[in-house]
Amino acid sequence: MSEPKFNNALVRWIDHRLPVFTFMHHEMHEYPTPKNLNYWWNFGSLAGIVLVIMIMSGIVLAMHYTAHVDHAFQSVERIMRDVNYGWLVRYIHANGASFFFIVVYIHIFRGLYYGSYKAPRELLWMLGVVILVLMMATAFMGYVLPWGQMSFWGATVITNLFSAIPLVGESIVTLLWGGFSVDNPTLNRFYALHYLLPFVIVGVVVLHIVALHRFGSNNPLGIDVRGNQDTISFHPYYTVKDAFGLGVFLVLLSAVVFFLPNSMGHPDNYIPANPMVTPAHIVPEWYFLPFYAILRAIPDKLFGVLAMFAAIGVLFILPWLDRSPVRSATFRPIYKVMFWVFLFDCVVLTWLGAKPAEGIYVLLSRLFTAYYFFHFLILLPVLSIFETPRALPRSIGKPILEGGGGAMAAAPAAPREKL
Amino acid sequence: MIVSKLIRVTLFASLCIVFLTPSASVKAAGGVAVPAQEWSFNGVFGTFDRGELQRGFHVYKEVCAGCHSLNYIAFRNLVDLGFNEEEIKVIAKEYEVEDGPNNDGEMFARTAMPSDVWPAPFPNDNAARAGNNGALPPDLSLMVDARVGGADYLYALLSGYHDAPEGQKVGDGMYYNAYYPGNQIAMPSPLSEDGVEYGDGTKATINQQARDVSAFLAWATEPNMEERKRMGVKVLIFLLVMTGLFYVSKRRIWADVH
Repeated sequence: MSEPKFNNALVRWIDHRLPVFTFMHHEMHEYPTPKNLNYWWNFGSLAGIVLVIMIMSGIVLAMHYTAHVDHAFQSVERIMRDVNYGWLVRYIHANGASFFFIVVYIHIFRGLYYGSYKAPRELLWMLGVVILVLMMATAFMGYVLPWGQMSFWGATVITNLFSAIPLVGESIVTLLWGGFSVDNPTLNRFYALHYLLPFVIVGVVVLHIVALHRFGSNNPLGIDVRGNQDTISFHPYYTVKDAFGLGVFLVLLSAVVFFLPNSMGHPDNYIPANPMVTPAHIVPEWYFLPFYAILRAIPDKLFGVLAMFAAIGVLFILPWLDRSPVRSATFRPIYKVMFWVFLFDCVVLTWLGAKPAEGIYVLLSRLFTAYYFFHFLILLPVLSIFETPRALPRSIGKPILEGGGGAMAAAPAAPREKL
Repeated sequence: MIVSKLIRVTLFASLCIVFLTPSASVKAAGGVAVPAQEWSFNGVFGTFDRGELQRGFHVYKEVCAGCHSLNYIAFRNLVDLGFNEEEIKVIAKEYEVEDGPNNDGEMFARTAMPSDVWPAPFPNDNAARAGNNGALPPDLSLMVDARVGGADYLYALLSGYHDAPEGQKVGDGMYYNAYYPGNQIAMPSPLSEDGVEYGDGTKATINQQARDVSAFLAWATEPNMEERKRMGVKVLIFLLVMTGLFYVSKRRIWADVH
């Protein structure tokens, strides 16, 4: 373990007693990272930064927001019109939520393509799925807070899903509502939870990073790091690369915040909530659409709800469904095609979720839902038996192909040694 | 691999279809496509046309305000339209608002001040329904964001009253409008030729009034739009330069890797 040398006497004094600077030096500075990471690896740290942006803008909004059914809508409009730069903070927060999901979905699909969920990173992956679930709960409750028509009716539809649970369903719904319909108590508890959950996410993110730093990042080749020649220090190489990625991200976010701020929202949410008037189409936010399509594809309410939750639940057991020892799709000719087919399936489900549940859309929803589960439950286990992977390179530093081309298992990685 | 290339192309195409079609053809819930209009506030550098806003305000004041409230606009906001403080005070003086309770516990009426919000035509929703054949005229403060198609839709609706086509049944006290969801609207055509007299001499055709009041409501929906776009241009220039510098730094720092 190389002890970092700090020039500042005060830093040395503190670090001797409380080694936070040594810790930061090890985990953020010299942290050895595979040198072949491509730009798809930017999205992890980017997601962390978006989380911070969301929490900061959210706290400012909370200072001006009133969680009461009679005042919530009006207080949001006060923020938009009378609070200094309130429109900016709210547009950042509202569009930031959409961008958060874009970033996280890319991060997840990167993990799927390069097999980042495989041993020894199963817990890292599962913690990531926990973060996704927490994000969805947080985003859903946040969307309720402006108390527009979609807020109210979205909350009504989604909370009603829990009534499908046998025996205790109705009681759970009453508990969620704090009464017998979506009303002021619902808004108040959603506000409390919407403020709480992001900090729970921060906690799980810390665990996610601890698990990540145990073995270090996976990489596009999906093979283990063999030694120092395969890695570079995180700083300055990946800090500057992440900074560049962050710049590109902020350009895109700003373009939407300043020039298309309502493009990802629904016009109905600018109509105050009215329990007596149901909107023509109740549509969730775009990031829930694939799951909404799966929910509606099943004719039975209980099984529809189960399928929707299973669509996320199946991700938890993914490391044990895909038994192929080769991580990266680069060396898995069939899986590579199947990955793109699966991504296509998810995009179509997103599209179907926004369509009314009638006619051809119902049939398509069922087909694409069936394929979603077929991919995970049948295709991946079978593929790991029958697929012949291409030859893996010997190492990251010297990407020379092995002769023979047989299935070469990536050796279980050793925990990252403290150098 | 050709197959995966092909799939990638399909994927990209489908992404484009999913995310670009809704904006490509804006259809009102009525099912008729809403024609896109040229607005001064469209685009990255779009600004409001003050003359248009003042005419639109005139139409709102003379026509719409009889039934529709404008709860999120205060008299003081009219400064955005190019009125000065004195003019705003004069406009406010034309109205009475309820205040109180005073020291005797009584509510009282007083002339409006610039800090007051626009007085609503009805004291509550029930009164509004009672005065409008059971229909509730919605508040207009957020109309442009609250309707699919925004200002284009409002213009199409207001200028688009025609006789119902043959065979179309129109209910009692309802009016036919091709752009309105369900094609039956409780609001009779609110605008008429020369229904208002513009101070700037513009001829008050129905289309002109519809256009002006739609622009006014676009402003009322988002009074900060000009500031937002101005700031956006500066922010984007800054971010592009910053990102460029990051890219150059990244190239420099990574030069020795490989």
